[in-house]
Amino acid sequence: MAVYSDKIMDHFTNPRNVGEIPDADGVGEVGNPVCGDMMTFYIKVRDNRIEHVKFKTFGCGAAIAVSSMTSVMATGKTLEEAMQITPQGVADELGGLPKVKFHCSNLGADALHLAVNNYREKLGLPPLGEPVSAHDHDDDEDETPSCGSACAT
Amino acid sequence: MKRIYLDYAATTPTDPAVVQAMLPYYSEAFGNPSSLYSYGQENREVLQKARRTVAAAIGADPDEIIFTSCGTEADNAALLGTARANIGKGNHIITTSIEHHAVLETAHAMTKEGFDVTIVPVDGDGIVDPTVIEKAITPKTTLISVMHANNEVGTIQPIAEISRIARGAGVYLHTDAVQTVGHLPVDVDEMGIDLMSVSAHKFYGPKGVGFLYVRSGTRINPFMHGGGQENGRRAGTENVAGIVGMSTALEIALADRDEEAARQTSLRDRLISGLVDVGGIQLNGHSDKRLPNNVNVSVDYVEGESMMLNLDLDGICISTGSACSSVSAEPSHVLTALNIPPEKAHCSLRLTLGKWTTEEDVERVLEIFPSMVKRLRAMSPLGHGR
Repeated sequence: MAVYSDKIMDHFTNPRNVGEIPDADGVGEVGNPVCGDMMTFYIKVRDNRIEHVKFKTFGCGAAIAVSSMTSVMATGKTLEEAMQITPQGVADELGGLPKVKFHCSNLGADALHLAVNNYREKLGLPPLGEPVSAHDHDDDEDETPSCGSACAT
Repeated sequence: MKRIYLDYAATTPTDPAVVQAMLPYYSEAFGNPSSLYSYGQENREVLQKARRTVAAAIGADPDEIIFTSCGTEADNAALLGTARANIGKGNHIITTSIEHHAVLETAHAMTKEGFDVTIVPVDGDGIVDPTVIEKAITPKTTLISVMHANNEVGTIQPIAEISRIARGAGVYLHTDAVQTVGHLPVDVDEMGIDLMSVSAHKFYGPKGVGFLYVRSGTRINPFMHGGGQENGRRAGTENVAGIVGMSTALEIALADRDEEAARQTSLRDRLISGLVDVGGIQLNGHSDKRLPNNVNVSVDYVEGESMMLNLDLDGICISTGSACSSVSAEPSHVLTALNIPPEKAHCSLRLTLGKWTTEEDVERVLEIFPSMVKRLRAMSPLGHGR
């Protein structure tokens, strides 16, 4: 499939860190099945570092590859470093995403950030940073076709 | 790896016999049919023979056939040409929510020219109710356009019934028969059709050629202006090789049409029951009023494009109604029109069979499918008691 880079196909066919962590320290979920993409990230944290990441994803090939790559990038990072992972950074690591896929499928960083802040919330800590959203449709909906009205909210 | 092509509704491989029939028209028989010397006149006769062949295939007269560059052009010409020519009577046309984009987008563009368009809904099986069309007719209605069979869910529409309503109201009836000509019986008189779009590459002919049937006496404006070809109704030097390919392909398709339809229906039903047996898989569209080659299913909790990619890695070529496979990023308008919720439409797959689909191909798909679904479901956050 020429639509996707070899790296995307590698992460699609052999996704890393698929699964759930039953006793996760933090859980983050973005998207929904109506939109066509949904990701749930689970993290285990030790000494302010992400020790393990697991994810489950409903979505296209790009969404699965994004989840896998995000989980790889996040493993071993401090929580502050994890918050610096951006949708663009994940796409770059995958060798680029097709333009039409960027917004709908590229939710891995959002889910990760939510998991981090879910962990901090449990500890009574304030959230870190403003999650960088790939799913914001307001500023550029004229440029690229993105998810339909069903998931614009 | 042997590839299994199951997207015949998108396009069909050109029959090798069709390619052979076309080749002379790319070399020694190159003449322009409008030229008055031998090269041209020989090809003029070739065109007329092809015209007689395709006309006979649908029960029409040869001079009711306008050759076009594709099905989309035929749809555009039918809608725009008829509506514009009859603007004196009114500016209203009626079509359905499951039409091909070639009709729906044309109708949409026409609203910007001042035409009123009524888009009637279909039921949950994807069938149009003729009485709903009847109620939509106004004194200003000039054209009704309803496809013969839908390209995504394969539903076959009650064209003859709609025709009786159209005739009773003095309204022209256009049908996009791109999915049916060459595959199902189509007779313009029996079905009461005034205009009909056909495309060659859906019945093992070449891409880039089709035709529009226009019943004699129908008021229609020319769609292409220029050198007066096709009796002044569609200008442009004729695609002689393509037209020969189309008529040859149609002759071949008609020779064993009914046997082939029966064979594909049996393979289709085997495929549907095998898929449904996997569990959490539903058929989209009517189970019976359905093209012999069409399977469209939704697979719970698994997004369509991921299944398409996965099957492609196993050499199986199918399509999906998921937003992720479309440029618009919206799920299929057809599935939406059937009231299939977006979360199911995103999970849809279309498998369409053809004359080179074998029982082994179907069994191979059914062998691969369960493990593919299992792998992707294991990855999905949905469906575990949610």
